Amino acid sequence: MYIVVVGAGKVGYHLTKSLLAEGQEVLVIEKERLKVDRITRELGATAIQGDGAEVATLELAGLERADVVAAVTGHDEDNLIVAQVAKGKFDVPRTVARVNNPRNEFIFAELGIDATVSATQVILSVIQQVIPHHPFVHLLTLREGGIEFVELQLTEDCPAAGKHAGEVDLPADTAIPLLIRQGSPLVVQADTLLQPGDRLVAVTTSAQEDILRQHVLGTAG
Amino acid sequence: MDLVILGCGRVGSRVANIADRRHHVTVIDWHGNAFERLHPDFSGDTVLGNGIDVDILRSAGAADARLFLAVTENDDSNLMAAQVARRLGAKRVVARIYDPVRAEVFEGMGVTTVSPTINGAQALFKRVTDPEGA
Repeated sequence: MYIVVVGAGKVGYHLTKSLLAEGQEVLVIEKERLKVDRITRELGATAIQGDGAEVATLELAGLERADVVAAVTGHDEDNLIVAQVAKGKFDVPRTVARVNNPRNEFIFAELGIDATVSATQVILSVIQQVIPHHPFVHLLTLREGGIEFVELQLTEDCPAAGKHAGEVDLPADTAIPLLIRQGSPLVVQADTLLQPGDRLVAVTTSAQEDILRQHVLGTAG
Repeated sequence: MDLVILGCGRVGSRVANIADRRHHVTVIDWHGNAFERLHPDFSGDTVLGNGIDVDILRSAGAADARLFLAVTENDDSNLMAAQVARRLGAKRVVARIYDPVRAEVFEGMGVTTVSPTINGAQALFKRVTDPEGA
Protein backbone atom coordinates (compact mmCIF):
# COMPACT_ATOMS: atom_id res chain seq x y z
CA MET A 1 0.00 0.00 0.00
CA TYR A 2 1.25 3.45 -0.88
CA ILE A 3 -0.06 6.05 1.57
CA VAL A 4 0.47 9.80 1.26
CA VAL A 5 0.11 11.78 4.49
CA VAL A 6 -0.36 15.54 4.25
CA GLY A 7 0.68 17.47 7.36
CA ALA A 8 3.52 16.53 9.71
CA GLY A 9 2.19 17.91 12.97
CA LYS A 10 1.66 15.57 15.93
CA VAL A 11 -1.05 13.53 14.18
CA GLY A 12 0.90 13.28 10.91
CA TYR A 13 4.12 12.36 12.66
CA HIS A 14 2.68 9.53 14.75
CA LEU A 15 0.49 8.29 11.89
CA THR A 16 3.55 8.05 9.64
CA LYS A 17 5.58 6.33 12.34
CA SER A 18 2.85 3.74 12.94
CA LEU A 19 2.31 3.07 9.24
CA LEU A 20 6.04 2.65 8.63
CA ALA A 21 6.19 0.21 11.55
CA GLU A 22 3.47 -1.80 9.82
CA GLY A 23 5.67 -2.00 6.76
CA GLN A 24 3.64 0.38 4.56
CA GLU A 25 5.14 2.70 1.99
CA VAL A 26 4.53 6.23 3.28
CA LEU A 27 5.34 9.71 2.02
CA VAL A 28 4.66 12.85 4.05
CA ILE A 29 4.04 16.28 2.50
CA GLU A 30 4.65 19.19 4.85
CA LYS A 31 4.90 22.96 4.31
CA GLU A 32 7.36 23.72 7.09
CA ARG A 33 11.04 22.91 6.58
CA LEU A 34 11.66 22.19 10.30
CA LYS A 35 8.95 19.54 10.44
CA VAL A 36 10.21 17.92 7.25
CA ASP A 37 13.71 17.80 8.76
CA ARG A 38 12.36 16.18 11.93
CA ILE A 39 10.65 13.41 9.94
CA THR A 40 13.77 12.85 7.83
CA ARG A 41 16.01 12.74 10.91
CA GLU A 42 13.79 10.47 12.99
CA LEU A 43 11.89 8.33 10.48
CA GLY A 44 14.12 8.38 7.39
CA ALA A 45 13.84 9.99 3.96
CA THR A 46 10.09 9.80 3.76
CA ALA A 47 9.00 13.48 3.65
CA ILE A 48 8.96 16.25 1.05
CA GLN A 49 8.42 19.96 1.59
CA GLY A 50 5.50 21.57 -0.18
CA ASP A 51 1.84 22.60 -0.28
CA GLY A 52 -0.23 19.43 -0.30
CA ALA A 53 -3.05 21.12 -2.20
CA GLU A 54 -0.74 22.13 -5.04
CA VAL A 55 -0.95 19.83 -8.03
CA ALA A 56 2.80 20.06 -8.77
CA THR A 57 3.63 18.87 -5.25
CA LEU A 58 1.17 15.99 -5.52
CA GLU A 59 2.64 14.96 -8.89
CA LEU A 60 6.08 14.97 -7.31
CA ALA A 61 4.69 12.72 -4.58
CA GLY A 62 3.48 10.25 -7.22
CA LEU A 63 -0.13 10.66 -6.24
CA GLU A 64 -1.46 8.80 -9.27
CA ARG A 65 -0.25 5.55 -7.73
CA ALA A 66 -1.34 6.34 -4.15
CA ASP A 67 -3.88 3.98 -2.56
CA VAL A 68 -4.77 6.31 0.29
CA VAL A 69 -4.34 10.03 0.94
CA ALA A 70 -4.68 11.15 4.56
CA ALA A 71 -4.99 14.91 5.05
CA VAL A 72 -4.25 15.53 8.72
CA THR A 73 -3.18 19.16 9.09
CA GLY A 74 -4.69 21.32 11.81
CA HIS A 75 -6.73 23.26 9.25
CA ASP A 76 -10.04 21.85 8.08
CA GLU A 77 -10.03 23.94 4.88
CA ASP A 78 -6.62 22.60 3.83
CA ASN A 79 -7.59 19.01 4.62
CA LEU A 80 -10.76 19.32 2.56
CA ILE A 81 -9.06 20.79 -0.50
CA VAL A 82 -6.14 18.31 -0.38
CA ALA A 83 -8.59 15.40 -0.28
CA GLN A 84 -10.75 16.88 -3.04
CA VAL A 85 -7.75 17.48 -5.32
CA ALA A 86 -6.50 13.93 -4.60
CA LYS A 87 -9.87 12.52 -5.55
CA GLY A 88 -10.83 14.89 -8.38
CA LYS A 89 -7.47 15.25 -10.12
CA PHE A 90 -5.64 12.01 -9.27
CA ASP A 91 -8.48 9.51 -8.75
CA VAL A 92 -7.04 8.33 -5.42
CA PRO A 93 -9.28 5.42 -4.31
CA ARG A 94 -9.53 6.43 -0.65
CA THR A 95 -9.27 9.86 0.92
CA VAL A 96 -9.25 10.43 4.67
CA ALA A 97 -9.48 13.88 6.23
CA ARG A 98 -9.06 15.04 9.79
CA VAL A 99 -11.68 17.55 10.93
CA ASN A 100 -11.27 19.84 13.90
CA ASN A 101 -14.75 21.36 13.88
CA PRO A 102 -17.14 18.39 14.35
CA ARG A 103 -19.78 20.19 12.23
CA ASN A 104 -17.49 19.72 9.24
CA GLU A 105 -17.76 15.91 9.31
CA PHE A 106 -21.11 16.12 7.55
CA ILE A 107 -19.91 18.78 5.09
CA PHE A 108 -16.83 16.77 4.14
CA ALA A 109 -18.96 13.71 3.46
CA GLU A 110 -21.26 15.84 1.26
CA LEU A 111 -18.24 17.09 -0.65
CA GLY A 112 -17.02 13.61 -1.51
CA ILE A 113 -14.42 12.79 1.14
CA ASP A 114 -14.45 9.03 1.84
CA ALA A 115 -13.74 9.16 5.57
CA THR A 116 -13.36 11.84 8.20
CA VAL A 117 -11.93 11.65 11.67
CA SER A 118 -12.80 14.19 14.33
CA ALA A 119 -10.78 14.05 17.52
CA THR A 120 -13.21 16.54 19.07
CA GLN A 121 -16.15 14.25 18.33
CA VAL A 122 -14.37 11.13 19.59
CA ILE A 123 -13.45 12.77 22.91
CA LEU A 124 -16.94 14.23 23.24
CA SER A 125 -18.64 10.86 22.79
CA VAL A 126 -16.30 9.20 25.28
CA ILE A 127 -17.21 11.85 27.85
CA GLN A 128 -20.92 11.51 27.07
CA GLN A 129 -20.72 7.76 27.62
CA VAL A 130 -19.10 8.26 31.01
CA ILE A 131 -21.92 10.57 32.09
CA PRO A 132 -25.05 8.37 31.86
CA HIS A 133 -27.41 11.22 31.09
CA HIS A 134 -27.43 14.97 31.38
CA PRO A 135 -30.52 15.80 33.47
CA PHE A 136 -29.93 19.55 33.15
CA VAL A 137 -28.48 21.14 30.02
CA HIS A 138 -28.03 24.82 29.13
CA LEU A 139 -29.29 25.31 25.61
CA LEU A 140 -28.99 29.04 25.09
CA THR A 141 -28.37 32.23 27.05
CA LEU A 142 -29.73 35.60 26.00
CA ARG A 143 -27.38 38.13 27.54
CA GLU A 144 -30.08 40.77 27.75
CA GLY A 145 -32.12 40.14 30.88
CA GLY A 146 -30.09 37.04 31.78
CA ILE A 147 -32.63 34.76 30.11
CA GLU A 148 -31.75 31.07 29.97
CA PHE A 149 -33.14 28.29 27.83
CA VAL A 150 -32.54 24.98 29.60
CA GLU A 151 -33.45 21.36 29.07
CA LEU A 152 -34.54 19.12 31.95
CA GLN A 153 -34.74 15.38 31.56
CA LEU A 154 -37.39 13.73 33.78
CA THR A 155 -36.81 10.44 35.52
CA GLU A 156 -39.30 8.47 37.64
CA ASP A 157 -38.20 9.99 40.93
CA CYS A 158 -38.38 13.63 39.81
CA PRO A 159 -41.00 15.70 41.70
CA ALA A 160 -42.54 16.85 38.39
CA ALA A 161 -42.92 13.35 36.90
CA GLY A 162 -46.55 12.18 36.93
CA LYS A 163 -47.88 15.71 37.52
CA HIS A 164 -49.84 17.88 35.14
CA ALA A 165 -47.73 20.80 33.89
CA GLY A 166 -50.08 23.27 35.64
CA GLU A 167 -49.40 21.60 39.00
CA VAL A 168 -45.64 22.10 38.90
CA ASP A 169 -44.50 24.84 41.26
CA LEU A 170 -42.51 27.10 38.93
CA PRO A 171 -40.39 30.01 40.17
CA ALA A 172 -41.01 33.57 38.93
CA ASP A 173 -40.18 34.49 35.33
CA THR A 174 -40.18 30.85 34.31
CA ALA A 175 -42.20 28.83 31.81
CA ILE A 176 -42.08 25.38 30.24
CA PRO A 177 -43.51 25.96 26.76
CA LEU A 178 -42.32 22.78 25.09
CA LEU A 179 -41.29 19.21 25.75
CA ILE A 180 -39.71 16.51 23.65
CA ARG A 181 -41.29 13.07 24.01
CA GLN A 182 -39.78 10.15 22.08
CA GLY A 183 -38.04 12.55 19.71
CA SER A 184 -41.13 14.64 18.88
CA PRO A 185 -41.86 18.15 20.13
CA LEU A 186 -45.08 18.74 22.06
CA VAL A 187 -46.49 22.11 23.14
CA VAL A 188 -47.06 22.02 26.89
CA GLN A 189 -50.56 22.94 28.19
CA ALA A 190 -51.63 23.17 31.82
CA ASP A 191 -53.21 19.69 31.52
CA THR A 192 -50.22 18.04 29.83
CA LEU A 193 -49.18 15.01 31.90
CA LEU A 194 -45.41 15.03 32.46
CA GLN A 195 -43.89 11.58 32.07
CA PRO A 196 -40.52 10.03 32.90
CA GLY A 197 -38.28 10.29 29.83
CA ASP A 198 -39.74 13.65 28.78
CA ARG A 199 -37.21 16.36 28.02
CA LEU A 200 -38.68 19.69 29.12
CA VAL A 201 -37.52 22.88 27.41
CA ALA A 202 -37.83 25.71 29.92
CA VAL A 203 -37.27 29.46 29.77
CA THR A 204 -36.02 30.94 33.00
CA THR A 205 -33.55 33.49 34.40
CA SER A 206 -30.11 32.87 35.84
CA ALA A 207 -31.50 33.90 39.24
CA GLN A 208 -34.32 31.30 39.18
CA GLU A 209 -32.45 28.46 37.54
CA ASP A 210 -31.58 26.60 40.74
CA ILE A 211 -35.15 26.80 42.09
CA LEU A 212 -36.49 25.47 38.77
CA ARG A 213 -34.03 22.62 38.91
CA GLN A 214 -35.03 21.76 42.48
CA HIS A 215 -38.78 21.90 41.82
CA VAL A 216 -38.68 19.87 38.60
CA LEU A 217 -35.79 17.47 39.07
CA GLY A 218 -35.48 17.54 42.85
CA THR A 219 -31.73 18.09 42.67
CA ALA A 220 -29.70 21.15 43.61
CA GLY A 221 -27.32 22.79 41.14
CA MET B 1 -29.98 41.37 -4.76
CA ASP B 2 -28.30 39.95 -1.66
CA LEU B 3 -24.55 39.71 -1.85
CA VAL B 4 -22.41 37.99 0.80
CA ILE B 5 -18.68 38.66 0.73
CA LEU B 6 -16.20 36.59 2.74
CA GLY B 7 -13.01 38.54 3.44
CA CYS B 8 -12.93 42.28 4.01
CA GLY B 9 -9.43 42.89 2.68
CA ARG B 10 -8.54 45.25 -0.16
CA VAL B 11 -10.59 43.38 -2.74
CA GLY B 12 -13.54 42.38 -0.53
CA SER B 13 -14.02 45.83 0.94
CA ARG B 14 -13.76 47.45 -2.50
CA VAL B 15 -16.43 45.18 -3.96
CA ALA B 16 -18.59 45.75 -0.86
CA ASN B 17 -18.31 49.54 -1.14
CA ILE B 18 -19.21 49.51 -4.84
CA ALA B 19 -22.06 47.00 -4.54
CA ASP B 20 -23.49 48.74 -1.45
CA ARG B 21 -24.98 51.47 -3.67
CA ARG B 22 -27.32 49.05 -5.40
CA HIS B 23 -27.50 45.81 -3.39
CA HIS B 24 -27.82 44.51 0.13
CA VAL B 25 -24.30 43.50 1.14
CA THR B 26 -23.12 41.38 4.10
CA VAL B 27 -19.39 41.16 4.75
CA ILE B 28 -17.73 38.45 6.88
CA ASP B 29 -14.25 38.76 8.34
CA TRP B 30 -12.28 37.15 11.11
CA HIS B 31 -10.63 40.43 12.11
CA GLY B 32 -12.94 43.14 13.43
CA ASN B 33 -10.64 45.95 12.30
CA ALA B 34 -10.91 44.76 8.69
CA PHE B 35 -14.35 46.43 8.59
CA GLU B 36 -12.59 49.81 8.91
CA ARG B 37 -11.89 49.45 5.19
CA LEU B 38 -15.60 49.84 4.50
CA HIS B 39 -16.93 53.25 3.52
CA PRO B 40 -18.16 55.28 6.55
CA ASP B 41 -21.63 55.32 4.96
CA PHE B 42 -21.64 51.56 4.30
CA SER B 43 -25.25 50.48 4.84
CA GLY B 44 -24.84 46.71 4.73
CA ASP B 45 -24.16 44.21 7.54
CA THR B 46 -20.92 42.92 8.96
CA VAL B 47 -20.42 39.50 10.56
CA LEU B 48 -17.37 38.83 12.71
CA GLY B 49 -16.23 35.22 12.57
CA ASN B 50 -14.60 32.30 10.84
CA GLY B 51 -15.90 32.18 7.28
CA ILE B 52 -15.52 28.41 6.90
CA ASP B 53 -17.80 27.80 9.87
CA VAL B 54 -21.21 26.71 8.64
CA ASP B 55 -22.97 28.54 11.51
CA ILE B 56 -21.24 31.82 10.62
CA LEU B 57 -22.08 31.40 6.94
CA ARG B 58 -25.69 30.73 7.85
CA SER B 59 -25.95 33.75 10.14
CA ALA B 60 -24.50 35.92 7.36
CA GLY B 61 -27.37 34.82 5.12
CA ALA B 62 -25.30 32.72 2.72
CA ALA B 63 -28.29 30.40 2.23
CA ASP B 64 -30.35 33.15 0.59
CA ALA B 65 -27.52 34.97 -1.17
CA ARG B 66 -27.87 35.61 -4.87
CA LEU B 67 -24.09 35.81 -5.02
CA PHE B 68 -21.47 34.57 -2.55
CA LEU B 69 -17.96 35.88 -3.06
CA ALA B 70 -15.01 34.24 -1.24
CA VAL B 71 -12.01 36.58 -1.32
CA THR B 72 -9.90 35.80 1.76
CA GLU B 73 -6.12 35.54 1.38
CA ASN B 74 -6.34 31.74 1.62
CA ASP B 75 -7.19 29.68 -1.47
CA ASP B 76 -8.36 26.68 0.55
CA SER B 77 -10.63 28.76 2.80
CA ASN B 78 -12.17 30.35 -0.29
CA LEU B 79 -12.76 27.00 -1.94
CA MET B 80 -14.26 25.44 1.18
CA ALA B 81 -16.49 28.43 1.99
CA ALA B 82 -17.70 28.65 -1.61
CA GLN B 83 -18.68 24.98 -1.65
CA VAL B 84 -20.41 25.18 1.74
CA ALA B 85 -22.30 28.34 0.69
CA ARG B 86 -23.38 26.57 -2.47
CA ARG B 87 -24.72 23.63 -0.47
CA LEU B 88 -26.53 25.99 1.91
CA GLY B 89 -28.40 27.41 -1.08
CA ALA B 90 -26.47 30.41 -2.43
CA LYS B 91 -27.50 30.90 -6.05
CA ARG B 92 -24.02 31.63 -7.37
CA VAL B 93 -20.63 31.30 -5.73
CA VAL B 94 -17.30 32.71 -6.87
CA ALA B 95 -13.93 32.05 -5.23
CA ARG B 96 -10.70 33.95 -5.71
CA ILE B 97 -7.85 31.45 -6.17
CA TYR B 98 -4.24 32.56 -6.46
CA ASP B 99 -2.97 29.12 -7.55
CA PRO B 100 -3.97 28.85 -11.25
CA VAL B 101 -3.81 25.04 -11.26
CA ARG B 102 -6.02 24.74 -8.17
CA ALA B 103 -8.44 27.16 -9.83
CA GLU B 104 -8.55 24.96 -12.92
CA VAL B 105 -9.15 21.76 -10.90
CA PHE B 106 -12.10 23.30 -9.04
CA GLU B 107 -13.57 24.95 -12.16
CA GLY B 108 -13.89 21.37 -13.39
CA MET B 109 -15.74 20.55 -10.16
CA GLY B 110 -18.34 23.30 -10.50
CA VAL B 111 -16.85 26.21 -8.53
CA THR B 112 -16.55 29.50 -10.42
CA THR B 113 -13.05 30.83 -9.81
CA VAL B 114 -11.23 34.06 -10.50
CA SER B 115 -7.45 33.85 -10.52
CA PRO B 116 -5.66 37.19 -10.06
CA THR B 117 -2.43 35.36 -10.91
CA ILE B 118 -3.63 34.51 -14.42
CA ASN B 119 -5.33 37.86 -14.96
CA GLY B 120 -2.38 39.80 -13.55
CA ALA B 121 0.14 37.89 -15.66
CA GLN B 122 -1.90 38.50 -18.80
CA ALA B 123 -2.24 42.21 -18.06
CA LEU B 124 1.48 42.56 -17.37
CA PHE B 125 2.40 40.61 -20.48
CA LYS B 126 0.19 42.87 -22.56
CA ARG B 127 1.86 45.98 -21.15
CA VAL B 128 5.32 44.55 -21.84
CA THR B 129 4.67 43.43 -25.41
CA ASP B 130 2.59 46.45 -26.35
CA PRO B 131 3.67 49.32 -24.05
CA GLU B 132 1.99 51.94 -26.23
CA GLY B 133 -1.18 49.88 -26.58
CA ALA B 134 -4.70 50.79 -25.63
